[in-house]
Amino acid sequence: MEVRFTSAGDTAFNVEFGETIDRATNARVMALHARLKAAPPPGLVETVPTFRSLLVVYDPVSTGRREMRAAVEAALAGSGTAPAEGRLWRLPVCYAPDLSPDLAELAGSLGLTAERVAALHGSVEYFVYMLGFMPGFGYMGDLPAELDRPRRTEPRVRVPAGSVAVAGRLTTVYPWESPGGWHLIGRCPVPLYDGNRPAPVLLAAGDRVRFEAVDRAAFEGIAEAASAGRFDPASLRAA
Amino acid sequence: MTGFLTVVRPGLFATIQDLGRFGFQELGMPVAGALDPVALRLANALVGNPQGTAGLEIALLGPALRVDAPGVRIAAVGPLALTLERDGAGAQPLEPYRSHTLLAGDVLRLGAVDGASVACLAVAGGFALAPVMGSLSSYVRAGIGPLGGRSLAEGDRLPLVLDAAPDGPDVELPQPPDYGAGPLRVVPGPQEDRFTEEALETFLSVPYRVGKQADRMGLRLEGPALEHRGSADIPSDGLVTGSIQVPGNGQPILLLNDHQTAGGYAKIATVISADLARAGRLRPGDSLSFQAVTVEDAEAIRRRQEQAIAGWIRAIRPVRPAGGIDLDALYGENLISGTVDIVNGGSDLPL
Repeated sequence: MEVRFTSAGDTAFNVEFGETIDRATNARVMALHARLKAAPPPGLVETVPTFRSLLVVYDPVSTGRREMRAAVEAALAGSGTAPAEGRLWRLPVCYAPDLSPDLAELAGSLGLTAERVAALHGSVEYFVYMLGFMPGFGYMGDLPAELDRPRRTEPRVRVPAGSVAVAGRLTTVYPWESPGGWHLIGRCPVPLYDGNRPAPVLLAAGDRVRFEAVDRAAFEGIAEAASAGRFDPASLRAA
Repeated sequence: MTGFLTVVRPGLFATIQDLGRFGFQELGMPVAGALDPVALRLANALVGNPQGTAGLEIALLGPALRVDAPGVRIAAVGPLALTLERDGAGAQPLEPYRSHTLLAGDVLRLGAVDGASVACLAVAGGFALAPVMGSLSSYVRAGIGPLGGRSLAEGDRLPLVLDAAPDGPDVELPQPPDYGAGPLRVVPGPQEDRFTEEALETFLSVPYRVGKQADRMGLRLEGPALEHRGSADIPSDGLVTGSIQVPGNGQPILLLNDHQTAGGYAKIATVISADLARAGRLRPGDSLSFQAVTVEDAEAIRRRQEQAIAGWIRAIRPVRPAGGIDLDALYGENLISGTVDIVNGGSDLPL
């Protein structure tokens, strides 16, 4: 698909690479994001990668749409910086019934056992397409097709922080307690956002994630260490 | 010695804000920042600060602050009642749109904000607080920012960069800033093609009202429903302050500074940057309408607004003492010897 530019007022525009959520489209988003980050045109404020488009935010006082669009078109045409290889994280998740309030119901609606849903969820490596909704909330895909279900019809008012959730072909970990409409199938003891860390947000767009099932004792141990500031998230990086 | 402003009463919702936390939206971090950036910039100019220095944004009812410092200069911009209690004397009203030099032990009471959603208070030198991700803006929903990213609480001590009020007389804006009137101007898009012709025409001709659900994240607007062509849902993409998204019920939501970084509803239009202060000042029950402009128009309007703000700041002048002589007129007419520097604290005026 041709690249399409759409206006977001006089401070930003979108560069759209498609209409669908897929790795090839997202790779083009991330490539432009990396190039503009490596060589920011004058007046660029930041770029925000999403599934299939890049939001280019600029200062309309020091530059303007014409100049910024020309700079972005030049970046699209050039070869420039390739995105760095994303990091691979191994995130522990406990699928115990009291930490997975929607697991049984979801399994039932899919005609699977809870154990099978958990096994399928942990069976693939996910790609972090984008962050959004709240600081550190990663939209990861692609969930195995067998687990594809729309969001809950009644969103929850309160989803506990650390909830591992699925909706459609995506999965996530809620960094904060918040409302939410995804199916909660487990809990991750590692905070996805921790203001005490030098880099508070754990994941970045382009990272990869594997979920590794842990039992209740391991979950409690990691959660306790994390809340005491004794857990180094670097230990989750796969070699 | 470090001085403080001590929060004697917290008010209802006062937060520390600068012009926003940019550069971290790719991590899902909302920009936050002052809902009325014009007010913050002018308040800072009145106390001699760079325009983007963090100040207090006051919603609804302001806090009471005690000066635990040898002195401090403050300025409020916005429709806010202020009073000063000094030496146990009764409350004495203070004017907004000018600076005031406060003394140790003074209690500054910021009252009701009436006529807009927010007002801003700046202190000379700013607050000696550690920026979070490069900014002192408070994103209260997730507790990100100074003071743990929350609104002021009783007993908070806000450390001051300056240990005393700067020299020189207090200054004033000759008049409150003119925010303009009429429809909020918007650039159609990014997904205007997701709406019917009728929806676009309605959006640009019928007034809407700000609903009760109105906060720093956004304003739910009430009015005729806007019909989508097909689904209201899109693959989530980036948002800006001023984005107007329309969920499936057809009722638009005007996103403000604490908006999420990305969203999955089609956006019919985006408020232009020159009108964001007006949008940020809206309150539940206010009526508003929209007018379409091009990006080029929006850029020209923003340039004119920047010129106007620069003009207001240039017009800042020493305060005329009540019942006293018009120093400004004297200055302007060059009756005072050039060796007497009234702006920098000269005390031996020739009259």
